[in-house]
Amino acid sequence: MAEGIKNKVAIIGMGCTKFGEHWDRSAESLIVEAFEEAVADAGIEKKDIDAAWHSTCFDEVNVGKSAIPLAAALKLPYIPVTRVENFCASGTEAVRAASYAVASGACDIALALGVEKLKDIGYGGLPDFSQLRGIYNRQIFPNVTAPGQFAMMATRYFNRYGLSPEEGKRTLAKISAKSHANGALTPKAHLRKKVDVETIMNAPMIAWPLGLFDCCGVTEGAAAAIIVRADEAKAFRSDPVYVKALQIAVSPEEEYRYNKWDGTHVETTYRCGVRAYEEAGIKNPREEISMMEVHDCFSITELVIYEDLQISPRGRAKEDVDSGFYELDGPIPCQSDGGLKSFGHPIGASGIRMIYEEYKQLQGKCGERQIKNPRLGLTHNLGGFPANCVIGVSIWGNEL
Amino acid sequence: MQEGGINKMTGITAYGVYLPYYRLKRETIFKAMGWFNPGIAGQAKGEKAIANYDEDSLTMAVAAGMDCFTDISREKINTLYLASTTLPNKERGNASIACGALNLSPNTRVAEFSGCLKSGTTALITALNEPDSELTMITASDCRLGKAGGTQEQLSGDGAVAIAVGNEGVIASLVDHYSLSYDFADYRRMESDKFTRSWEERWIRDAGYFKIIPEAIKGLLTKCGLQINDITKVVYPPLSIRDHRDLAKRLGLKPDQVQPHLIESIGNTGSAHPLVMLIAALEEAQPGDKILVASFGSGSDALLFEVTEDIKKLKNRNKLKKNLDYKGELENYTKYLSFKGMLAKEIGIRGEELTPTSLSLAWREQNAVLRLVGSKCKVCGTPQYPSERICINPDCGAVDQMEDYSFSDKTGHLFTYTADNLTYSEDPPALYGIVDFEGGGRYWFDLTDCRLESLEVGQPVQMTFRRRYLDEVRSVAGYFWKVMPFKG
Repeated sequence: MAEGIKNKVAIIGMGCTKFGEHWDRSAESLIVEAFEEAVADAGIEKKDIDAAWHSTCFDEVNVGKSAIPLAAALKLPYIPVTRVENFCASGTEAVRAASYAVASGACDIALALGVEKLKDIGYGGLPDFSQLRGIYNRQIFPNVTAPGQFAMMATRYFNRYGLSPEEGKRTLAKISAKSHANGALTPKAHLRKKVDVETIMNAPMIAWPLGLFDCCGVTEGAAAAIIVRADEAKAFRSDPVYVKALQIAVSPEEEYRYNKWDGTHVETTYRCGVRAYEEAGIKNPREEISMMEVHDCFSITELVIYEDLQISPRGRAKEDVDSGFYELDGPIPCQSDGGLKSFGHPIGASGIRMIYEEYKQLQGKCGERQIKNPRLGLTHNLGGFPANCVIGVSIWGNEL
Repeated sequence: MQEGGINKMTGITAYGVYLPYYRLKRETIFKAMGWFNPGIAGQAKGEKAIANYDEDSLTMAVAAGMDCFTDISREKINTLYLASTTLPNKERGNASIACGALNLSPNTRVAEFSGCLKSGTTALITALNEPDSELTMITASDCRLGKAGGTQEQLSGDGAVAIAVGNEGVIASLVDHYSLSYDFADYRRMESDKFTRSWEERWIRDAGYFKIIPEAIKGLLTKCGLQINDITKVVYPPLSIRDHRDLAKRLGLKPDQVQPHLIESIGNTGSAHPLVMLIAALEEAQPGDKILVASFGSGSDALLFEVTEDIKKLKNRNKLKKNLDYKGELENYTKYLSFKGMLAKEIGIRGEELTPTSLSLAWREQNAVLRLVGSKCKVCGTPQYPSERICINPDCGAVDQMEDYSFSDKTGHLFTYTADNLTYSEDPPALYGIVDFEGGGRYWFDLTDCRLESLEVGQPVQMTFRRRYLDEVRSVAGYFWKVMPFKG
């Protein structure tokens, strides 16, 4: 394997807006807020930035295509700015691109900024998926939604592991209840209310067997990161956060059209995790990872991520859910800020928002939700659907 | 054989039936609309077959055609006729769409018969007079619509049949036929009409139904030198239950000579109906039986068949019976109105979003979209859909080693499924799932003719050709394949 990105770059500044339905604010306004926080945190000025990566996905409906919206909103002085889009992994892609550019020496200071403003389409949920994957799919693919796609994994998981709908839904409800409790402690989260398991179990059905509280919300927000070479990071601040792994894996769609995939896991997450652990030199993730921010677009997604990232054994994530393994005071807290469940999911910003939480946790700045002495924080993005997706996994540490 | 007629024995070699899954009780219609028209109380008996929201005359004709493939080989069909008064396209070959969906050779000659309710029998006569055609498939299908609260709403039903005509394996040979064509404008629709209009019912009965059908039957019997008593079963469509019975008396038929009209179970299926009843007769027939079928609509066609020994060789004779038994009740009258496009619903902004159809893409990908033909890798043997240049099997990955492979005739198992309340559906929640095909291949489909509560992982399923969307703004219907519970 190639040498990898481990310990080559560090984050010296981050920003994140409050996530929510910003009816009275534009995407540009959110961009400026995340950016101003990040440069202030890094102690740099706009003119110090050599290059920028701008992640958006659906935001063509709002800011439009290309990287111009970022350059224009921030009045960046004719520097290279690139738009990246890779479904829900877009934010992680922006950080990856910025990191690679800095590590190569092509530039010294790079910005990754993601934004998504989704609430201007006139209806709930994500924009209609019928044209997401091109006009051919429109002809020959069901008009699926994200909850429907992930619900099919829940149907299959319950069936395979012999969970009754009641048992299965209760396990999933515990995951959502945990994240809502953490979200209540996080000022920038969209939803800041504890929700009990019974309420979650009895919520209106969105896509059977997933109910309202099994689904993350649609929201708006922006997040930013400023990246420099690791050996220069201490010149900017005493507590930079170092990259340990930055991996993307993309499904060749075997799962989706070949009869081998069992439908109860996300193969691409597993593959991406394997590579990320290798890059970071992690042998036993259950023992070595301190905390995780994963792509809990739906409760079932988080359940199978536990297994795909090799934290819980296959088919046994339920035991860890029941024992509180992933709770804020458990061995590996998952979604310490409330996750997508509480923040919602502005596609282009989410990956960077996850890193923001790990960054703040590693610096010990998370107040009442602070995790004790974290060393390694993992983020995970899932763009697309269980059977055909883009996965991003990043691992960060507070020591070189 | 009659002079100038057919040299070899020509006749029916196979048949297929398709009745849509839903039945609407006439009592349900009466409860909803009796306040407006108490006169329909007398008809509020039994039920009628109703096409699902994703069906039309074209999709039903395809389903009936596929039902024939138990006994004939699709490769031998070189002519396809589609008869209906309710075909969805006025300018875009409905029969060519059916030809593709049935995965017939592009070399098939197709034609559409329309304009009146005898179009089904006219298509059949035409097929029987073509000795050059090795095998002709006739499909007749209708979804006629009566306005809310009217008699036609009570009487008309939806359904389709297919009949294969050829010279080999004839199960019922043609003796002769006789036709009458009159401008008897009992029921009518013009270009812009969605609903059937009619003249006074007593006039239709006394001046038309009681006169024209007997005239056609008499003409045919005279031509054949036969008496009505020589006929085993007489098939003619109903106007109403009582009129059908009264006509039997006028024809001098004994009760066992009268083929039941099916009004109580499915309604009058228009162009298809005389042939639906003919199939009902064939299901019960013995070799040597003489079956006379007469249609009614702008005249009448009468045909006489003699059943042969080969009828015993049919793999499945009881196709109509199976279709009559395979059903579910549509309990809700407003749902019926909605399925028929008679209800302006609040579909929401998500529902209003309709991506344009690319017709150039549909043409380029016709194998996948219309025929549900994917491919099988010649190297590793993996069936896959849709066809791509590189094999999907990760252990193979062969490039350009694909041969066509049909999935529409394969059964499968439901790998997983959901019921989606978020996506727009004409019948929410939208059911869709993943199917693993027998023999290999996996793909994702909408599920139809079922409910969430009845679904199970692993259950057997089969394919059905449906209308996936109707883009009225751009006048295009998108057809594709869905999955339904295994019906056999």
